[in-house]
Amino acid sequence: MGDGAIGWGGLVASMLLVLVAVGLSAWRRLGLERTILWACGRAMAQLLLVGYALAALVEDDAPVPLAWAWVAGMVVFAAVTVRRRTPEVPAAFRLALVATGSSAALSLAVVFGFGVYDAVPRAIVPIAGMMVGNSISGTVTASRRVIAELSDHRAEVEARLALGLPWPEASRRFVRAALRTALMSQVESTKAVGLVFLPGAMTGLILAGADPVDAVLVQAAVMFLILGCVATNATIVGLGLTRRLFTADHRLVRLPRTTA
Amino acid sequence: MPVPLFSFEQVVLEAEGTRILDGVDADLPDGGVTCLVGPSGSGKSSMLRLCNRLEAPTAGIVRFRGDDVADLDPQQHRRRVGMVFQRPTPFPGTVRDNLLVARPGADDEVLAAALERAALPARFLDRVADDLSGGEAQRMCLARTLVTEPEVLLMDEPTSALDAVATDELECLAREAVDHHGIPVVWVSHDLAQVARIADTRFLVDEGRVRRG
Repeated sequence: MGDGAIGWGGLVASMLLVLVAVGLSAWRRLGLERTILWACGRAMAQLLLVGYALAALVEDDAPVPLAWAWVAGMVVFAAVTVRRRTPEVPAAFRLALVATGSSAALSLAVVFGFGVYDAVPRAIVPIAGMMVGNSISGTVTASRRVIAELSDHRAEVEARLALGLPWPEASRRFVRAALRTALMSQVESTKAVGLVFLPGAMTGLILAGADPVDAVLVQAAVMFLILGCVATNATIVGLGLTRRLFTADHRLVRLPRTTA
Repeated sequence: MPVPLFSFEQVVLEAEGTRILDGVDADLPDGGVTCLVGPSGSGKSSMLRLCNRLEAPTAGIVRFRGDDVADLDPQQHRRRVGMVFQRPTPFPGTVRDNLLVARPGADDEVLAAALERAALPARFLDRVADDLSGGEAQRMCLARTLVTEPEVLLMDEPTSALDAVATDELECLAREAVDHHGIPVVWVSHDLAQVARIADTRFLVDEGRVRRG
């Protein structure tokens, strides 16, 4: 066990906690037993699938283009996920695709451009995965909040438009509030790290036997990258979506209802 | 025949599958207080929003002094055609900050003159806009519109949230805009008594159709 591997036995033991969750759901009649089991089963199947695919991808002689193709696939899948979670947002797929692609490209350019890691499949795939994965919730929150802010403050936005202000000025205050909300959860996570929780990459490295200080350095780098990535993503989505919510003659379109 | 202030030519407005205006034809005169009167949901506020181009017609043409509103620069047009809304919409900050949104860089003298036209003293410039009473806030919104020096005032049920005294003050200010500054006013109301007090011309709006009253 010293190498951090837990084996199938360890996995089965950890599933006892799933049974606890199922038991609590049944006891309190939450009706989530099947959902919990399905979610865990699905997660397991997805992770195993990805694990076996990654095993081939992170070999030392694995082709680098294949790793980039994998990253492109992740970006597309993230955009599909965003569209599914935000059906009320116009052009959600295209916006998420542009935002996630741009922010992933930016953060990966920093990582590999400055030589933080070598651009080999073993580094490309997991780092891109963390960037893209963490961007999804930021993208969803930013797009929902932009619509909610403009909808809630429609009267004030239109009062500004009626004074002859262009749409970027009329909406600026509300888009700013939406982006702040979208970013704050990531900023709060960054602030609480180490005090409240030990993040995944660091935990994994320590469990795998790495020196804790080395693990901290890796985690800090990952955290800063994620923060930059989420900020870029939310900003691109927020501004792109706002542009779509106004017509060319500076009118605010009728807005869909959001769950934000 | 004088050119109307606003002309509606077979104007249709639809939103989310509902027909709000149904082939409206009307010429609003270029002078005095013109009232659009009708029950809630009749389409009278939509007519005002079409005049300010916060809405675009689904079909038909809206003209401002003979020009198709769709051909005019929207931002310039909105500054020529000032609008006061049903509920006061104070922006964050002081009254001065509010007026500067409408006219960036204006000095206090200009801002105080706009306040005076809305019957507010110059010392109000330093008041926090959110702290104003309903009537004061609505008059500040009027001043904020007037500071852009509009050629027309559109007032969308501006007294519906005000008490009798504040209502009376705003009606007087509209009359003053017409009589002393030559600014025609288009006033939307569902209150027949108010229309009787202030209207020089009235149009009845009902179920998306309009006729002169």
